[in-house]
Amino acid sequence: MKKKIVSAFLCTTMVASMLAGCQGAAQQATDAASDTASQATEAVADTAQQAADAATQTADAATQTADAAADTAQQAADAASEALDLSADTGKVLNIYCWNEEFKSRLTDHYPGYEEVDATHGKIGDVDVVWNITPSDDNAYQNNLDEHLLAQADAAEDEKIDLFLVEADYALKYVDTDYTLPVADLGITDADTADQYQYTKDIVTDSNGVLKGVSWQGCPGIMFYNRDIAAEVLGSEEPDDVQEFVKDWATFNETATKIKEAGYNVTSTTNDTYRVYSNNVSSKWVDGNTVHIDENIKKWVDDSKVLVDAKETTTAELWSDDWKKGFYGDVFAYFGPAWLVNFCMADGEEGSVATNGRWGGVVGPQSFFWGGTWICGANGTDNPALVGDIMRQLTCNADIMKDIVEKDDDFANNKTAMAQMAESGYTSRILGGQNPLPMYMEGAEKIDLSNLSEYDQGCNEEFQNAMKNYFDGNAATYEDALELFKKAITEKYPELTVE
Amino acid sequence: MCRGNRSQQPVISEENIKEKEESVLSNQSSEVSQARMEATYNSANGRGNKNVVKYNRWGYFFLIPFIVVYIIFQLIPLVSTVYNSFYENYMSGLKQIGPNFVGIENYKQLFVSGDIWIYFKNTMIMWILGFLPQIFFSLLLGSWFSDNRLKLRAAGFFKTVIYLPNLIMASAFSMLFFTLFADSGPVNSILMQMGILSEPFSFMSNATSVRSLVGFMNFIMWFGNTTILLMAGMLGIDPGLFEAAEIDGCTSTQKFFLITLPILKPILLFVLVTSLIGGLQMFDVPQILTNGTGDPMRSSMTLIMYLNKHLFSKNYGMAGALSVLLFIITGILSLIIFNFSGNKEAINRKAR
Repeated sequence: MKKKIVSAFLCTTMVASMLAGCQGAAQQATDAASDTASQATEAVADTAQQAADAATQTADAATQTADAAADTAQQAADAASEALDLSADTGKVLNIYCWNEEFKSRLTDHYPGYEEVDATHGKIGDVDVVWNITPSDDNAYQNNLDEHLLAQADAAEDEKIDLFLVEADYALKYVDTDYTLPVADLGITDADTADQYQYTKDIVTDSNGVLKGVSWQGCPGIMFYNRDIAAEVLGSEEPDDVQEFVKDWATFNETATKIKEAGYNVTSTTNDTYRVYSNNVSSKWVDGNTVHIDENIKKWVDDSKVLVDAKETTTAELWSDDWKKGFYGDVFAYFGPAWLVNFCMADGEEGSVATNGRWGGVVGPQSFFWGGTWICGANGTDNPALVGDIMRQLTCNADIMKDIVEKDDDFANNKTAMAQMAESGYTSRILGGQNPLPMYMEGAEKIDLSNLSEYDQGCNEEFQNAMKNYFDGNAATYEDALELFKKAITEKYPELTVE
Repeated sequence: MCRGNRSQQPVISEENIKEKEESVLSNQSSEVSQARMEATYNSANGRGNKNVVKYNRWGYFFLIPFIVVYIIFQLIPLVSTVYNSFYENYMSGLKQIGPNFVGIENYKQLFVSGDIWIYFKNTMIMWILGFLPQIFFSLLLGSWFSDNRLKLRAAGFFKTVIYLPNLIMASAFSMLFFTLFADSGPVNSILMQMGILSEPFSFMSNATSVRSLVGFMNFIMWFGNTTILLMAGMLGIDPGLFEAAEIDGCTSTQKFFLITLPILKPILLFVLVTSLIGGLQMFDVPQILTNGTGDPMRSSMTLIMYLNKHLFSKNYGMAGALSVLLFIITGILSLIIFNFSGNKEAINRKAR
């Protein structure tokens, strides 16, 4: 009898703890997501999830005055959708493949005529919208998408993929094939996309120069610095003065030494600056079948090794707890776009730099971008007109895009809309009352992404992993670490060789 | 036995009376038994054989589910793995490369780089790091739990508790350890507050510490399971042996080494072999702990993690070759263990 009682008790404890775990997970879903996220746009997912809260938090004069404008925009868009001609469409089901809720909430909030039915279903007019959401962890999203795209030709009418989303790191893998439709075939003209930033088009342009996707957001990055540390070490916390100390990599590294002398780290990890270097390469990762290490990437290794050896930064992973320590002080700079500082850097938590509004923004040594989501039409879609209209409304309609900026704090992919926003007197509380929009706009114009290859995701990931060993001293020389990189690359892409 | 003999007796007497008489006369017992056997055989040929076949049929029916499952889930994959290992067959982005027959090119590539032996070594080191403490504590706990004279209180409770770690998912367990041993994790801050460390120790970028952590996790997860197995073996030992030994003045240590261990040998062998095979297939713990990189410098990369690397590009050829190799290694190691410990007994028994 005793044993029964004990075992019953143990079972109850187990079940209770399991359930408790579930609940905890649900409550901290946003935290957990950002913890485990290994890719930039995961964080964009947070953006979406917290968008509603954040929008109210950062609500200011600009938002209020824009309300009326948004309403008129909505009406205009409604009118546009009534005129939409769907006669070319034969499909009754629109299948959308994506990895998080972000695009869904954009469509729900901003696409005229979209009605939500339940978590994975919606309706546009007579067409059923089906959401196929697979998280991108461990490559699951791409594996799932690959499988369905390859079976696209044989799939039943209602099962065919109509629209799917891609990230910059692997966009070319899909764009440079016949599985993705040129946007021109979906009725999007050059005039429609004229206002979009060039880099957002570079990413989804195939090797023949055909544009095959569009994005509603731009994610130009800037350098965020801790104003307190700047005031203490550099003698001024004003952006114009700080920019002088970080205007190029040589000056940046000199500043790093000064900052270390005062007891702070210049960046949280070596991976913080990786993107800034890797977005400014002068050659592709892969040329033909040979992997080639660009000078600027090599420069990242050399600069970072010096920083690590001087203990001016660490080798922690992005999104790890060690990386996040700097959100509460002791780290001079983080590199990232608006969503990073707005949603990921512990804003609202007591004692964090963001809560106190003590971050500042400067352009930094070089321009770069981080994150972003592109919409692609799948070859074989039976709803081409609808797919085209979704693209046009969300990425070309200036009114809807302004609406997105105001409601979701995104940086919209529309030059005119952003210029208007910049002049509207927008200021950021987190950045101590600074208006960062001109910097983002300047950055977005400067980004040059003509040197992309379809292997970028794997190369970037494996290169950072391999170099971590070099920085930590586990690989004696750069060559040893490079050997590790070669191994990893040939495992991932058997057709490639490393020079 | 007796009953069977009796029922057979009349048959013999009716049909083979003459033979029997002869044999009795000749008075040779060997012939008698031969005649008896023949008689039984003859009678079985008459009616019994059909019944036996009918009965045996049920045996085959009951085997069908196993055979079907075995063929679908074991044999076909096994054969196709071997088949695939001779082909070049992978995905490059969305393009399928192959399958092209390349002979033993995949195997060559595995051996030329020589990395496979490094990963094999890593796997074995981490297995041993986990297995040694595991077998030690399991034997200790098992002998305590099964010792009648100790009369441990709440033994059932503790048996359950030591088994509990096995119920946690390995991935959850390694996530936990990853957080605990992070540079700014609780372990580092405790050590620093106690004044043992002056600055945080990077557990994850030191080969020894990563391997030890993996070994430790495997130990914690599996020692309960081993304890239960060994305890079952120990409880099966005749208590009379212990009593007799006690009467002869045997100490507890002597009892353990001279009675328990030798009798437990077959169970120990079973534990060793299953643990070895499990150890060779070690994957989830190091994979999650090192985020799939096997860092530092791939010193904690196991064979299966290496296999998993090939699955990113769906490289069936290389993965197949590696699997076949792993199959052979497992076979060889198991044979070696059998020859060293188990087989001797079997040979002795045959000789007797």
